Amino acid sequence: MSNVAARPRPVPAGAGTRSGSRPKRHYGTHIFLTVMAIVWLVPLGWSVFTALRPVASTNQYGYFSLAGAFNFDNFIQAWTQGGFSTYFWNSVIITVPAVLLTLFLASLMAFAVSRVNWKFNITLLIMFTAGNLLPPQVLAAPLFEMAKHLTVPYSFSDSGNMLNTYIIVIAVDTAFQMGFCTFVLSNYMKALSADLTEAALVDGAGIWRQYREIILPLCRPAFAALGTLEVIFIYNDYFWPLLFIQSGNRLPITTAINNLQGQFLNNYNLLAAGAVITVIPTLIIYLLLQRQFVAGLTLGSSKG
Amino acid sequence: MSSTAQELIPPESRDPAGAPSKRRPGRGRVRRLSSRDKLVLALMVGIPTLIELMLVWLPMLMSVGLSFSRWNGLDLADLRPAGTDNYQFITQDYPPFWPAVQHNMLWLLFLALIATPLGLLLAVLLDQNIRGSKIYQSIFFAPVMLSLALIGIIWQLFYQRDNGLLNFVLGTAGTPQAVDWFGDSSVNIWAAMIAATWRHAGYVMLLYLAGLKGVDPSLKEAAAIDGASATQTFFRVVFPAMRPINIVIVVITIIESLRAFDVVYVINRGTNGLEMLSALVIQNLVGEGQVIGVGSALAVVLLVISLVPIVFYLSRTFGKENRA
Repeated sequence: MSNVAARPRPVPAGAGTRSGSRPKRHYGTHIFLTVMAIVWLVPLGWSVFTALRPVASTNQYGYFSLAGAFNFDNFIQAWTQGGFSTYFWNSVIITVPAVLLTLFLASLMAFAVSRVNWKFNITLLIMFTAGNLLPPQVLAAPLFEMAKHLTVPYSFSDSGNMLNTYIIVIAVDTAFQMGFCTFVLSNYMKALSADLTEAALVDGAGIWRQYREIILPLCRPAFAALGTLEVIFIYNDYFWPLLFIQSGNRLPITTAINNLQGQFLNNYNLLAAGAVITVIPTLIIYLLLQRQFVAGLTLGSSKG
Repeated sequence: MSSTAQELIPPESRDPAGAPSKRRPGRGRVRRLSSRDKLVLALMVGIPTLIELMLVWLPMLMSVGLSFSRWNGLDLADLRPAGTDNYQFITQDYPPFWPAVQHNMLWLLFLALIATPLGLLLAVLLDQNIRGSKIYQSIFFAPVMLSLALIGIIWQLFYQRDNGLLNFVLGTAGTPQAVDWFGDSSVNIWAAMIAATWRHAGYVMLLYLAGLKGVDPSLKEAAAIDGASATQTFFRVVFPAMRPINIVIVVITIIESLRAFDVVYVINRGTNGLEMLSALVIQNLVGEGQVIGVGSALAVVLLVISLVPIVFYLSRTFGKENRA
């Protein structure tokens, strides 16, 4: 594992291989890879193609034709009438606090277990890592009942309990992702030289200053990678909102797309547009922060 | 300043990797902590640990407890002990249980024998000096960015009976031979596993690409000098050298197959040929007949199975740390 964590950034392709010393023909490889790449692009390409065609055209000419108009009407309809603007905003409301909280709490824990020596370091770290590897469905029944039986004022939640609130989704997402982030961050912090904080200790800096002014700034690359990864993970989370949120208009986009299937029965164009809209934020992050995302995945390849 | 600090630190603790040698001087370090530092540390550990205990470990134990009880989820006073009734019910009188176990096994085998080797193959091919390697990598990796729920929807559009691309390509669209790939209970598990492979192979490829870059090139050269063919070099030298990554991949493959929830739930809530343990858990918790005891018993079965890879992984990861 430490081997994995030690190489956060993959070297650009071709940098390390010496096989080029003997000239090789790669035609077979290229043919295979091209075919695979096309196969890989077909499902997504088909969704985009369907989404761009108005339902009138596909009804008239069939889905397997190039005839008829191509426009963004389906996207506009999904965004306005399909409620995607609401769902998207719900995703933001859940994802942003959950990612920030996860990273903050995980960095506290990681600092304590990696930079200070005490008895239960490894035990706690194992507990955090194991928690993250469990299938979420194992925790579903008790968490649902806990949320249901936790009575809160109606001014706080219109259900009178924690069901149907963003807070419970954020809390459970945070708890569930924290283990993984703690594991990755503690590996990262362990690799930082012990001299750094020893020197500060001699200077009279307390634990908080060591954490805040020495270790945190050095962990910026790890935060960037983990932050990107966690935004994707939590944005893509389907299960926790499905369990806790009952009113359709509070669902985040990933969970809401499921309802769309029933809502727009037989309007596959609109469903495709919804799917493509859901892809867009992750695609933007992928294109802008691919390097961070890949670094995050390889940093902590423990992720299930 | 730094030179003074250097002298004060016992030489053992300068090596961040030497965990056990740090232990003794560490005790001295703790003694140097002021009471304010101790309070700060207690909060730093206490708050995350409390959250983890309350929202992960306590619910896990409660699942075990609920699996031995009968409860409608309404009033805590109605909670009744039920012995092993729930387990007897799911193994003997609950028709979807054994199909679900079989499907989970099939899912695991499919990922282990098809999706993971495919990812490894892609990684090996892309690790060579070939043109456009970055572009291929981006394409194969793209589905990893998508949620499994969304993958279910995207493949639904591709697999549909009347308007899906696959039936059109096969020439069966609009004819009685057209297959509803996600609806037909004899094929839908295979269709769903292919959709899952789309994502899993890209993930495995990425991890192995990082692993292959880490293999010392001199190992390969030495094997080549000894007259080993490329295939021999790979299976006898390179692949064993990637042991840490191999372990991670084995664990990820097992855990993914146990977590295969989103994709089947999006398709048809895990019924009619797509029964999975995780989906059965949820079917028993939501909907009209809430049978929390039965759902929890299923959750415990899932928990016990998933503990195998988890314990294996943890002992590999942390066992080494303790020994070193």
